[in-house]
Amino acid sequence: MTLLLVILLPLMGVALPLLTERLGRNRCAIAAALAPLAVLGLLIHHLPAVLNGNILYFHLSWLPALGLDFSLRLDGLGMMFGLLISGIGLLVILYARYYLSDDDSLGKLYAVLQLFMMAMLGIVTADNILLLIVFWELTSLSSFLLIGFWSYRSDARKGARMALSITGAGGLCLLGGALLLGHIVGSFNMGDILAAGDVIREHTLYPVALLLVLLGAFTKSAQFPFHFWLPHAMAAPTPVSAYLHSATMVKAGVFLLARLYPALAETEMWFLIVTSVGLVTLVFAAYTAMMKHDLKGLLAYSTISHLGLVTLLLGLGTKMAATAAVFHVINHAIFKASLFMAAGIIDHETGTRDMRKINGLWKYMPHTALLAMVAAASMAGVPLLNGFLSKEMFFNETLHLRSYGFLNWLVPIMATVAGIFAVAYSWRFIHDVFFNGEPIDLPKYPPHEPPRYMKVPVEILVVLCLLVGMMPNLTVAPLINAASAVVVGGELKEYEISLWHGFNLPLLMSFAALAGGLLLYSQRKGLFAFYDRGFQLDEKMLFEARVQRGVRGSRWLTDTLENGALQRYVMLLVVAALVAGTAGLWPLASLTGPLPLTPVDGVSVLAAVILAVGALGTVLVHHNRLAALLLLSVVGLIVALVFVRFSAPDLALTQLSVEVVTIVLMMLALYFLPQLTPNESPPWRVSRDIALASGAGIGVGLITWAVLTRPYNTIADYFLANSVSGGGGTNVVNVILVDFRGFDTLGEITVLAIAAVGIFAMLQNLNLPLPGADGSGRQWARDPYPPILAVLARILLPLALLVSAYIFLRGHNLPGGGFIAGLITSVALILQYVSSGVVWMQQRMGWNYRSMATLGVVIAALTGLGSFVWGYPFLTSSFTHVHWPVVGDFELATAMIFDLGVYITVVGATLLILAQLGMLTQPGRMQTRPVEEEA
Amino acid sequence: MEALVAAVIAVMTSCGVYLMLRARTFPVILGITLLSYAVNLFIFVMGRLTSANPAVIGSGATYPDPLPQALVLTAIVIGFAMTAFVLVLALRARAELGNDHVDGNDQMSINKYLNDDHHANKKGEGRSL
Repeated sequence: MTLLLVILLPLMGVALPLLTERLGRNRCAIAAALAPLAVLGLLIHHLPAVLNGNILYFHLSWLPALGLDFSLRLDGLGMMFGLLISGIGLLVILYARYYLSDDDSLGKLYAVLQLFMMAMLGIVTADNILLLIVFWELTSLSSFLLIGFWSYRSDARKGARMALSITGAGGLCLLGGALLLGHIVGSFNMGDILAAGDVIREHTLYPVALLLVLLGAFTKSAQFPFHFWLPHAMAAPTPVSAYLHSATMVKAGVFLLARLYPALAETEMWFLIVTSVGLVTLVFAAYTAMMKHDLKGLLAYSTISHLGLVTLLLGLGTKMAATAAVFHVINHAIFKASLFMAAGIIDHETGTRDMRKINGLWKYMPHTALLAMVAAASMAGVPLLNGFLSKEMFFNETLHLRSYGFLNWLVPIMATVAGIFAVAYSWRFIHDVFFNGEPIDLPKYPPHEPPRYMKVPVEILVVLCLLVGMMPNLTVAPLINAASAVVVGGELKEYEISLWHGFNLPLLMSFAALAGGLLLYSQRKGLFAFYDRGFQLDEKMLFEARVQRGVRGSRWLTDTLENGALQRYVMLLVVAALVAGTAGLWPLASLTGPLPLTPVDGVSVLAAVILAVGALGTVLVHHNRLAALLLLSVVGLIVALVFVRFSAPDLALTQLSVEVVTIVLMMLALYFLPQLTPNESPPWRVSRDIALASGAGIGVGLITWAVLTRPYNTIADYFLANSVSGGGGTNVVNVILVDFRGFDTLGEITVLAIAAVGIFAMLQNLNLPLPGADGSGRQWARDPYPPILAVLARILLPLALLVSAYIFLRGHNLPGGGFIAGLITSVALILQYVSSGVVWMQQRMGWNYRSMATLGVVIAALTGLGSFVWGYPFLTSSFTHVHWPVVGDFELATAMIFDLGVYITVVGATLLILAQLGMLTQPGRMQTRPVEEEA
Repeated sequence: MEALVAAVIAVMTSCGVYLMLRARTFPVILGITLLSYAVNLFIFVMGRLTSANPAVIGSGATYPDPLPQALVLTAIVIGFAMTAFVLVLALRARAELGNDHVDGNDQMSINKYLNDDHHANKKGEGRSL
């Protein structure tokens, strides 16, 4: 459970700084520090157990069907990263308190920072590889927000976008790799995957899985050739850079390599890819770091170079190399975080990061200078500092390569070359910034020491550099043991980190690097000139150009496809349907299936002819809208008869009542629309549309024919067999609606209610001119409502309501039910509206149809929820038979309450739509009538 | 009978599609309605043509397939809601844009209809006053 808190605390901590921001910067910072502090405390609490080799687990089933569980593990590796993430996070929070100006929202930075922290902690503690990817993507997203924190700056936006594209693409690759691993192993559990290393390595899919996973790791850890997003991410505020590029974001890739080491490593493929990518990154980035005049640019490339070093070590595949990698992760995090913070202080106090301007700061800020110098020396690998120890181990490991041909001597030589550059750029950081004459054109002059507490995080980190460097065995050795034991899978041979191994080759390499670096730096002028002359790739321009091209391309495609003409979209839709339908029908050997045909009778033919005439007539007279509408209603009525003919009384009843409502509604709407459609389609369009329409019709006809002449399997037997025993009703259609597929029906009445409310909203403040005349200029009749119709309608109302009640009650056993009863009630009430007017109805029936529609949905949903009370799944129905006097045996089912909800929704929605639309005609009538009376 | 049903559905589909390709909202809505008749019938006959007795237990020896019927029943009601929604959308578009072209930006028709409305209103005012 405490393990869950490691994730939950920072997540809850996201809200704290936002809430306390108004109380001042100090309180906001304290609030932000609470969660990381608690996490750090928790981790330290578990430290002894983990150091003894125990692993803590937490398990919560999340989506078991997908193999995705919320399971966490805390082992040595996770512990080490967790301590770095929360510890350095804490220091960054303190630092940011002083770094960020008053114009920026401190609370927002802290909030996103903690979100990011949560995601990182999730990565290092995930015990399910899919869960790890969830957190992995969360780091990509939250780092996007962090890098683009100064969102008003173009470079920040571009840098953030680049980081997100590269790491996001890598995340997709990793997902592919993880799915493959899960497929090979048969489980997404991290423990299972790590234990199945031999199975994975021998599987035919191993190379693919490995490549995908490595792509994920290399993009995240900025390995060549995916390194370029990292320097551009320097547009972030420096506290963010210090956090992302020392202990967290970029280390996620390295962590992944270390985490999956037991499952994937120690094959030739792993060695060749990981080692060579690491080597190229190490040397190339160290060289570029030397050439950068921007303080943070130098640190950025040095970060890439150090990540290459760790990758290279993990690639070597020996147990000691893995240990050295783990050690260097810690060391790099410590000295790089402090260097970024120092660079931030310098930037803060001088207003620039250009090392050609910043010189001789020793005089102005000696305290900061001292701290930065110690950290930089550690980065260079000067003895007595932590950087020296892991670099020594690194040199030692490069010398132990066997059986890889030329790589055996190339790797140590290139390592030394990179070491030379590392010394050169570290020395440049010290000499160029703090000595080398006087500052030139500083935006802020004279620079002075930063606020006292801004230096505290740097001091803590520098002290750690010294402590680890001088007493490694008293400080980090147990943690490294525990972490690397996890990496190499438990069997760590005895070793000791020591300051002094005697005069040997690694020491010689170290000294060669030191001397060479100093020499190289002294020749810097020539080097810079050489670099400037040389070929330089501006990745940002390249990337932006690609992005722009992509945007242009998609815009062109969108504009081409989507020109705002509905007719064209419908045309494309029909064409697409024709193509897809033809492609689907093509393979059929014969359109006609084996089933015998049913006989034709005269009445059916007559009905079909009327229907066809109605449909074609609708098209032919569609310029006269009222006539077309009337013909359309003929079609609708015949469709109802078709339902009767083929034994679907429920459908016939529904179709009949819906038809009435629809036609009334359309007539009402037609009142506000032009009565005539202009003849505006050019002949080519008419012929094209006729061709398309005929094609669609023939296609549908052929499909219908092909289906109807073939036998089929239906799941209906289940419904027919269980309708009475399971649903308590003999009308299977109704039982399906309210019982078997009740959840669908609930969804459908919800849609109905939403449509009605949508219509209500659309009719608000609708300002339609009330037409005075119809299409041919004839005045609308101004007669009062027809009295005979009104009287008849009033007499009919109770009868109609009685019928609808009857239809409703019998619906479970005979054709009928909530839908049909609701429609009949609606029709009866609409008749009153038609015959007596909206005002008359409102005086007598001031119901709020909106509430009514909602109430119906609520009743149906509550009926469904009710089954939970008795411990049954949602919408389980129960029924019983009671004997009523007069009526006879009568069945009571909970499905009936559900059906009542359907009934109320249908009535509410239908009347809401019609009454609202009818209301529109009202202001006009109310205005014109008094005028008439006056006249 | 199968051929007859297929032909009927084909005719309704053709007419529906043709009307949906028109440039004014009202014919398009008529077309959608026709097409939804066709689609409802199409789904309904997927349960094959039976004319014995309804899907009520005890009414006969064999029953028609109740599943397409249940699907089509809700489809009819939802189809009504959709038609009503599109219809009101057309009204709103007419009110906001001053014309009933499906794209709402038909300049010729805007001019024409503005004149017509103006004309009609004037006439109406003239009579009522």
